[in-house]
Amino acid sequence: MKNRVGTSGLILDEPLLWEKGKKGRKGMSIPHSDVPSSPLDEELIGAPVDFPDLSEVDVVRHYTRLSQWNFGVDSGMYPLGSCTMKYNPKINEKQAATPQFAAAHPMLDDQYSQGVLQIMYELQNHLADITGLDAVSLQPAAGAHGELTGMLIFNAYHQGHHSKRTKILIPDTAHGTNPASAALCGYRSIPVKSNENGMLDASDVSELMDEETAGIMITNPNTLGLFEGQVRQIAEIVHAKGGLVYGDGANMNAVLGVADMKKCGVDVLHLNLHKTFSTPHGGGGPGAGPVCVTKELEPFLPVPRAYKDGDLYRLELDRKESIGRVHGFHGNFGVLVRAYSYILSMGAEGLLRASQLAVLNANYIREQLKDVFHLPYPQPCMHECVFSDQLQKDYKVTTLDMAKRLIDYGFHPPTIYFPLIVHGAIMIEPTETECKEDIDQFIATMKEIAREAREEPDKVRNAPQLSKVRRLDEVHAARCPCLIGTCTPPEQ
Amino acid sequence: MRYLPHTQEDITAMLQVTGNKSLEDLFSGIPESCRMTNDWQLPEPKTEWELNDHMQAIAQTMKVDQNFKVLIGAGSYHHHIPETVKALMSRSEFLTAYTPYQPEMAQGTLQGIFEYQTLTARLLGMDVVNASMYDGASALAEALLMGLRIGKKKTKVAVSAAIHPHYRATAAAYLCPTEFELIELPYLEDGRTDLSGLSDLEDVAAVALQSPNFFGVIEDLTGAGQVIHDQQALFITCFSEPLAYGLLKKPGDCGADIVCGEGQSFGLSRSFGGPGLGMFGCKQPFTRNLPGRLVGETTDLDGKRGYVLTLATREQHIRREKATSNICSNQGICAMTAGMYMASLGGTGLRELSRLNYDKTQYLKNALVARGARLFFEAPTFNEFVVEFPQDFQPAHQRLLEQNIVAGLELGGLYPKLKGRYLFGITETTSRQDMDKVADEVQS
Repeated sequence: MKNRVGTSGLILDEPLLWEKGKKGRKGMSIPHSDVPSSPLDEELIGAPVDFPDLSEVDVVRHYTRLSQWNFGVDSGMYPLGSCTMKYNPKINEKQAATPQFAAAHPMLDDQYSQGVLQIMYELQNHLADITGLDAVSLQPAAGAHGELTGMLIFNAYHQGHHSKRTKILIPDTAHGTNPASAALCGYRSIPVKSNENGMLDASDVSELMDEETAGIMITNPNTLGLFEGQVRQIAEIVHAKGGLVYGDGANMNAVLGVADMKKCGVDVLHLNLHKTFSTPHGGGGPGAGPVCVTKELEPFLPVPRAYKDGDLYRLELDRKESIGRVHGFHGNFGVLVRAYSYILSMGAEGLLRASQLAVLNANYIREQLKDVFHLPYPQPCMHECVFSDQLQKDYKVTTLDMAKRLIDYGFHPPTIYFPLIVHGAIMIEPTETECKEDIDQFIATMKEIAREAREEPDKVRNAPQLSKVRRLDEVHAARCPCLIGTCTPPEQ
Repeated sequence: MRYLPHTQEDITAMLQVTGNKSLEDLFSGIPESCRMTNDWQLPEPKTEWELNDHMQAIAQTMKVDQNFKVLIGAGSYHHHIPETVKALMSRSEFLTAYTPYQPEMAQGTLQGIFEYQTLTARLLGMDVVNASMYDGASALAEALLMGLRIGKKKTKVAVSAAIHPHYRATAAAYLCPTEFELIELPYLEDGRTDLSGLSDLEDVAAVALQSPNFFGVIEDLTGAGQVIHDQQALFITCFSEPLAYGLLKKPGDCGADIVCGEGQSFGLSRSFGGPGLGMFGCKQPFTRNLPGRLVGETTDLDGKRGYVLTLATREQHIRREKATSNICSNQGICAMTAGMYMASLGGTGLRELSRLNYDKTQYLKNALVARGARLFFEAPTFNEFVVEFPQDFQPAHQRLLEQNIVAGLELGGLYPKLKGRYLFGITETTSRQDMDKVADEVQS
């Protein structure tokens, strides 16, 4: 292989914070006191907190070195399936840091906070447009939080109809958050098997759906990257029994401007702004998981929501049927500003184009790798494609091995071992922001790894070699948890 | 569009490989009846210049902007954020990474979160702290659910009425579909929580207090802990101002079993209430009941120290409906930021800054009392307090607004009984001069 991206370089080591520093140092400026010191009951005063004292340079070097051990979308291709690791535009960071927005206090009267309310109001409208649904709450702080909000809405709706429902249908391809969110509302998950094509059959749903079932949670496109073609029929079956349809919008990046979620029969849908709408994931968060609903379910949405009253933007603080609050304030507002900026930069045309190219990239990879890796569901995909390690089994090389080998070549591995219905799954989502040359490089690398698996399997099994650490002992980490730094430091 | 790298030539070549006639052709599996046909009300795509202008125009409509002194906390605090923290948390290696599923490529995030967990545990006096929850409100809701999990057959939880009203509302929403009962404990005349009703209750899994509470009042946590433990209930404490523990006793030292709260004060801007940081910790026996992600220390194949996500068998992606919580994405970079902030302060700086916040608040308290105002609650407070003025304060509030000062939050909307009383929030960013301006308005 020519022009390999992953090479070894100088990696600087760095101890834990409390293994450096010296008492009496300070890493930040604290203002001089301009007031007299006041007494405080000694009983209330605690022992000093045992933080290391570091200088500003200590802190800057520490975190700079740590950052160099990390890999982000800005470092390279990050085809982590179902996570939509697209480029996070820099201009959006600037907008979120606008001094007026950054300083906005969440408890002031509406008249003093018009700008931030305008952004919320307009974003609500844009997201309603984009999904085809009627009303939006921006409060949920992440996708799973949106799911919980959706389940609370299901519960409120059924209670409003004096209907006691105890179950919920969840396809076997669903993210783990779906059953976990439903369980928080007391719903027992009833799994729906996908058919031999990796999709839901309306007839299976029909057999399982009854009047004790609150509804169904459908990820569409599903986690195999396939559009659930029978979603409308399924929705009709569920609605006929008084149930509701939850749409998990984790994979919306595939269908912007193409699919209308209301027409698909979805009643409640969450979006992941940190996936589809390009906000950075921050190594774990924050995300934002706005919830979009039909007119019929609008009364149940969390409060407050932004609305327009003449020329004034206002917050609706109270609504009788609302499920109430799911967040202390207005959700992850800073994330909302980034998504709003992204939508305005892309426009309708750009969003549609993004989905088209995301789907093109995934199908291009699927087509080029299908002879090298086993493709359990061979039909064309949407924004992601799922392979398995079945062809490499003969050489005793696993999905995990190949994922780790990708690290040595300078790529972030795909999502692995998910969805659960594919044994040894390798779930690749390139997103639209990867160019053809980088995708070709990725394809060539995957082919090279398949060759290595055949001819030099130890190379793959012993990967990664070039990263700061090699494979880590996760069993030990779980058996003897060391979760805070009280353990003895390793010998110098 | 500059984020989309494909040239027409690329598209043609790639379509040839996939065997499609056009980009539209890639979507042939989507039934016509599911198709989007509505025209969106989206404006034409904006260039970087146009976007800047648009956002600036919106920003200009903020009547209360960054030049105002907002003397309100109420769960969202104005503390100085060092430039170093802003610069370091903006490093895109941290910012543009996903959850660290591949630890060899995410040691920066993992060590940083491990350090955050450790420093936060030391601050709160907890044995374990997780990698973060969404915010203080949802953290309280999760703490109550955790209390109920540990309490097994018990069906009730009690929360103080002096907990932030939005936190209580969030907990109520989370518990609404369950069979569990959420009981509210009133506050006493001195602003602390009245626990006397607790002995009449049975089956209480956990009791939650906030300290400093919504009124800024420092609760008697040690005393409360004894009463609560005597009832065989778990003791949960929450907070919205973690800086308090730079000066006050740690909740863990006062007997708290679970501590949760909002960490926005540690290096995050107010940003209209989010993103913030749900801090969450517990005593060791309850570790496996914790919601959320945990980073743990381990070694690699060569015996080198490294960090991984661990105890994942509690989590949704493994345990599905039996998980301790549904949380997946958390507030990762906010936890990193708080770690950077705590590292920058150090133990010495933390005590100094906490003390300064306390002293400044006392200064305004004394100045207002000297002008005839009355402290509504007598118990000691940290950097917030409730005050009652000799006459209607609204006109003075209005005059101060004209001097770019937001002088406190009128409490009638949140506590009807406290109508006309104001909650003030003071930090190191409030100058003596501004506090004098407020006091002078009381006199006039």
